Amino acid sequence: MANRKDETPSVATYADHEVITPSHALRKVIGPAVDGDDPVARAEAALVELSSEFSEWMQKECERLETARRNVKRQGFTAKTHEALFHAAHDIKGEAVTFGYPDAAGVAESLCRLLEHSPEMTRIPLTLVDQHVDAVRAIAREHARPDAANVAGKLTHRLREVTDDFLRRENQFRPDYLESIFAPSLAPGAAGT
Amino acid sequence: MVRIDFNRLRFLVIDDNAHMRRILRTLLHGFGTREVYEAEDGAAGLEAFTHYMPDIILTDWVMPIFDGLELAQMIRQPGANANPYVPIIMLTGHSEKNRVMSARDAGVTEFLAKPISAKALYERILNVVANPRPFIKSKSYFGPDRRRNVNPNYVGPERRKGGKAEVSRQQPLLDKAKVMV
Repeated sequence: MANRKDETPSVATYADHEVITPSHALRKVIGPAVDGDDPVARAEAALVELSSEFSEWMQKECERLETARRNVKRQGFTAKTHEALFHAAHDIKGEAVTFGYPDAAGVAESLCRLLEHSPEMTRIPLTLVDQHVDAVRAIAREHARPDAANVAGKLTHRLREVTDDFLRRENQFRPDYLESIFAPSLAPGAAGT
Repeated sequence: MVRIDFNRLRFLVIDDNAHMRRILRTLLHGFGTREVYEAEDGAAGLEAFTHYMPDIILTDWVMPIFDGLELAQMIRQPGANANPYVPIIMLTGHSEKNRVMSARDAGVTEFLAKPISAKALYERILNVVANPRPFIKSKSYFGPDRRRNVNPNYVGPERRKGGKAEVSRQQPLLDKAKVMV
């Protein structure tokens, strides 16, 4: 969009730093609000149209998680199998809410914490990995059941509890690290912010 | 209230997950954008950045080859590419304090924790378009000013050396060489 050739930033030089003000090239795309124009509503409507594909996408992400789990059980934790399992869980954590499976996100997050914050990957209990993966798959499979949210909530809570206990024990000699992983999130979240 | 003419903005979406790229493309088209380019890892993202010259980059953190953080560090190299000031919005499932600080220190402009919503994404875009921050260049950092607000109650030491420095600008070596030739 922008022709940047003649956009020279202004520079103020201080003792140990410079403050650079780039030209405001994107100013051109700002205009006064138009009555009745709601880009957020348009985008939400577009997402609703796309949502017919979400259950199939969730199924694919679950299959990817299952494959990654199977490779861990077959080959043990290696850098490659660990990374693949983490990556699969991490993607579900980020996507599950959008796909309409909010309960799966909490379990995936707990699995991510287990994988990321265990100082020695070979000490990660495979049973606990299994329980997380099975829980994600069960939530995705049974999410239409009327009691699904209630059961999923209890399951998530318990898995997170067991995971956090494990992480506390494994990181007991790293108090700074322990504090950082139990610190509240700083990130501006998506829910209305 | 202002309106963004999305039709005139060019976006680059970098995410190794095809589903997430599709969701972002759908949201951006919903806002009114026509030009959305995609890349599926950090290396392809850097190449696409150079080639397409996007106005705004949306990038994931966890990606193969090099990740979103490394990508931001490569883009924030003054003089190394055509637009080191390009707004970078990082969308990620990582939301822990240390992660947010790392992203900030790599020169990321805005941070958006997944799950994303149309409203949250719109607000981040509006912020980088309507309220661009100046850039700070120091020995150890080049990127958007990390001080979004001046805190009148701050009582710690001033880390930036204040006042205009008596700095005599050195002629770049390249210019010197040209004179000598």
